[in-house]
Amino acid sequence: MKTEMDMGSRAVAVSGLAKYFDTSRPWLNRLLEGAPKQVMRAVDDVSFSIERGKTLALVGESGCGKSTVARLLVGLHQATHGEIRVFGQDIGVVKTKAGKALRQKIQMIFQDPYASLNPRWRIKRIIAEPMLEHQLVQGEAEIEKRVAELIATVGLSTADLNKYPHQFSGGQRQRISIARALATQPDFLVCDEPTSALDVSVQAQILNLMKDLQKNHGLTYLFISHNLAVVSYVADEVAVMYMGRSVEMADKDSIFCAPLHPYTQMLLEAVPDLEMSGKARQAPLGEVSSSSNPSRGCAFQPRCRHAVARCAEERPEMRRVEHTLVACHLAKPQWLNARQSASEGS
Amino acid sequence: MALLDVRNLSVEFKNRRGNLKALDDISLSIEAGEVLGIVGESGAGKSLTSAAVIGLLQAPGYVSAGQILFDGRRIDNLPAEEMNRLRGREIGAIFQDPLTALDPLYSIGQQLVETIQAHLDLNVDDARVRAVELLQETGIPGAAERFYAYPHQLSGGMRQRVVIALAIAANPKLIIADEPTTALDVSIQAQIMLLLKQLGARHGSAVMLVTHDMGVIAEVADRVVVMYAGRIVETGPTREVIHHPRHPYTIGLMNSIPKLSGTAERLQQIDGAMPRLGSIPSGCAFHPRCRQVHERCLRERPETFTAGLSKVACWSVKEEQVAA
Repeated sequence: MKTEMDMGSRAVAVSGLAKYFDTSRPWLNRLLEGAPKQVMRAVDDVSFSIERGKTLALVGESGCGKSTVARLLVGLHQATHGEIRVFGQDIGVVKTKAGKALRQKIQMIFQDPYASLNPRWRIKRIIAEPMLEHQLVQGEAEIEKRVAELIATVGLSTADLNKYPHQFSGGQRQRISIARALATQPDFLVCDEPTSALDVSVQAQILNLMKDLQKNHGLTYLFISHNLAVVSYVADEVAVMYMGRSVEMADKDSIFCAPLHPYTQMLLEAVPDLEMSGKARQAPLGEVSSSSNPSRGCAFQPRCRHAVARCAEERPEMRRVEHTLVACHLAKPQWLNARQSASEGS
Repeated sequence: MALLDVRNLSVEFKNRRGNLKALDDISLSIEAGEVLGIVGESGAGKSLTSAAVIGLLQAPGYVSAGQILFDGRRIDNLPAEEMNRLRGREIGAIFQDPLTALDPLYSIGQQLVETIQAHLDLNVDDARVRAVELLQETGIPGAAERFYAYPHQLSGGMRQRVVIALAIAANPKLIIADEPTTALDVSIQAQIMLLLKQLGARHGSAVMLVTHDMGVIAEVADRVVVMYAGRIVETGPTREVIHHPRHPYTIGLMNSIPKLSGTAERLQQIDGAMPRLGSIPSGCAFHPRCRQVHERCLRERPETFTAGLSKVACWSVKEEQVAA
């Protein structure tokens, strides 16, 4: 086990990941009305890797496929193409008996703390369940002890263990979800919008808690969020997704200080300006179109201010520009400076 | 004279074990053409304030004290029929979820025409022309064709534009926007915020913008009211409140928001959570979570003091003033 996990410094490696959903009409309609087969490419050729103990943030707007990636990583969906390796092991085995040990190392925190806890179970049972499932503890006394440890780790008291989920606020429930996720002593946590259902003051508590846990337990996070400010706080690396594809990937500073893809630039510009610096801004163009009929070219091209003829014809592949991987024909290192001088000139 | 003047408003909910006070002595005013932001976390009473103003409090909730004056006239005790006439014509409303605000069985054109005819004396053809104008004004591409579309055929952002078109159909003096961008993606949120700002400026309508998002307030509002546990804790010009928050809750709130330019390793957090309605602490409602709590805060509810350009309900702000 140990030697297997030491393979490579990358805790998680994903290559060419794709998930297509069949969204065709029922077969009878296809037969009688000649309705065509339809495929929704929810995730299309996504590759990334996460270093052990680090956080990769997956950013994008609704429908870009970020939650599908999360579900693929924990084995809730079967990938159409591509490979996912977690600690050197192929995730394909996750549903088999041999995958049980791997499953123990991967846990997930869900977005909605109201839907992800069983309302009829006491907190004690909710937290103990993963340990019992994996037979990590035996005997009442040991379970009790472990559960008490876990609840203390997330900042709740042992008196809370006999309560039911409805007796807790949203933030406290998310703490319980985290305690449950930690129960199997995982190394990799997939967090799908863990704070987007929470108020800001509570969000700060949960984000701080997650950072502390990462430091103390050496956890690796895949952190999914639509909130760029949250991402700038938690992430080491950032991948931006648009319509099922990753369009830009880099370390945090490159993404936030020198975004290369026009979509990333647009997202950053759309973030409300809390400093009230009074900078003039343009509203983003258009909306995400439906991903069931992808164009031949770049998916972002209809909304892009810089698009040229080539963008409609040829899909840009991921390529390296300085520290960044970017899927854009036009991206070049000087672009940012050019943009800045242009806006100063106008 | 202010367009909307809310004076010492309290709203209570009757239940078996007595009354729960959900809004406690709220006073605020909006001038014509002004955008007032009301900000707070869940349970602060911000949506309840807007529901009270527009006369849509659901039983068992009722106004237990105070007055609401609109254009110099008291509206909190109007008969339902008169309130119906006022609503839509004088006060427009935009709600959070654009899908539930629209009727799925009617095309957006039909809904617009119905609303326009309810408030303005126009025949069907003129109402139709006006409807298409409204769709154009709210930035819906291909307005003439979209007139026939049903809500499910539109994206979230487009639906919210239709809801805004409905709200401004009769050129109301006041628009109440309750979390108008919360259900939308950031890029669409930016579009809708810009639209709200433009419409307010073009028609001279005042806007009461209710949101949990300080960023939206910073972008759109002229003045801001910060609410906590059914009370107003701080109010002032947006720039002043954001750059120089004075109430410990506002300070904590501003510090707990992650910022793009932020470099901090840890976010400052406010420990604990907003109290539930049944168990609002004595004295200052924020005192169990406050870092500069005095003995007086436990006993006495703070009065509102003027501090700089803001008004703050906090004893320690008062102490500082006395000391200075």
